[in-house]
Amino acid sequence: MSDYQPSLPAHTALIVTSLFVALLLSWLPWHGFLLIIRPDFVALVLLYWSMQKPNHCGIGIAWTVGIIADVADASFLGQHALVYAVLAFCGIVLQRRLSMLSLSQQALQVFPLLLLAYSIYVIVHWQLHGYVSWVHLLGSVVSALLWLPVTTLLQKLCHARASSSQR
Amino acid sequence: MNSSSSARYSSNKFSPTVRLIFFGLLSLVLLFIDFQYKYLEFTRTKLSLFTNPLQQLVIMPGKLWQEVDNFFTIHNRLISSNAELRQLHTLDAAQLKQLEVLEADNQHLRSLLALQQRADYTMQLAEIIYTERNIVNRKVLLDKGALANVLTGQVVMDDNGIVGQVTRVYPRMSEVTLITDKNHTVPVQILRNGLRTLIFGSGDTGELILRYTSISADIQEGDLLVTSGIDGVYPVGLPVAKVTRVERDPAYPFARVLCTPIAGVDKQRQLLILSTLPTLPERPEATQEPTNRRSKNIKRGGK
Repeated sequence: MSDYQPSLPAHTALIVTSLFVALLLSWLPWHGFLLIIRPDFVALVLLYWSMQKPNHCGIGIAWTVGIIADVADASFLGQHALVYAVLAFCGIVLQRRLSMLSLSQQALQVFPLLLLAYSIYVIVHWQLHGYVSWVHLLGSVVSALLWLPVTTLLQKLCHARASSSQR
Repeated sequence: MNSSSSARYSSNKFSPTVRLIFFGLLSLVLLFIDFQYKYLEFTRTKLSLFTNPLQQLVIMPGKLWQEVDNFFTIHNRLISSNAELRQLHTLDAAQLKQLEVLEADNQHLRSLLALQQRADYTMQLAEIIYTERNIVNRKVLLDKGALANVLTGQVVMDDNGIVGQVTRVYPRMSEVTLITDKNHTVPVQILRNGLRTLIFGSGDTGELILRYTSISADIQEGDLLVTSGIDGVYPVGLPVAKVTRVERDPAYPFARVLCTPIAGVDKQRQLLILSTLPTLPERPEATQEPTNRRSKNIKRGGK
């Protein structure tokens, strides 16, 4: 995972695109049971990029994306932003430890981070609205399960880009 | 570990911790402002200008699918309802045909009524447009006049019997003297025994008088009086009145017989004018009355 040599714009484009797609995925018209277990794609992608490319996708980017998510979600401004900033920080801090583990082990390590992120969201929600929606935490489990496929996909894309840009 | 990793990987001036604290505080401040003061609605609106189209875009496939689904559902429903309506239409068409027949029938009857095509008399329908203001003169004005071939002397009746006689004709109106007019006389016969007599108007609504009837005349209460056709003004056999009371006082030479007109003299609005006048040969100067009646030997009433 230390091969962060490839050209900068290629990675920037990939980061932007993946974040954009993640946002679109979270805006899909989820409802019913799916809405309850809806995984946070944006959190996953942000976590991945903050671990892989902390220079390109840091806390600032995460915070900005969070603001966009807040606007789209009609939640209070800063709610998602706070969560994503914390998540990006965790990704940056823990990147070395996590990058030494295999993907499946990573998923186990990522789960507490996601749980933390979801918990922050729930706590903020509780502070603002006065009640706790525990079911919301289910999303963290599903998100952790999705860590493996999302990471694999992004790695594949990253390698494809790198090889194509080197050619 | 924090500092070393940040030093190695980050080209930013500030360490991740500092940045986290900064952005975390920023978020909290934003949250507080947004929750407490609602100052950020403008920013939110501006940002949603960018996010809204994207959200719409994401929702679109689902919506499209729903619309397509809807389209086919509606299509199917339309087909079935169309078939249903077709069936209903054929049923209704049959009923409509019946209705048309009925209507034609009705039209025919109406035209019959309008033309007054009766076997013996031609009539035309007229409507009362004015009534006489003088209460003694029992007269009404009809909306048919000389232009509709109304002639003086024609008889006016309703569907029950005689109402009066046309006494004056204007181009678009005709004046009808009702049989209840004080100066109006109708030659009548008693239907029961053919007794000829004259009936006079009393000037009172709904009352007629048989004057100059001898005390011994065979008149009973409930006798029906019909036109006798004598004098040629009124056609024969049209009902006129019914005897309601007979007073025989020996002190007077004549009986007092009161009748009520059979026709709704003061009730109807539409009346019929008999167009044909019975044509009789000119009356000779002699006193003999030209009559083709066989009931000559029956006692004559009055006059």
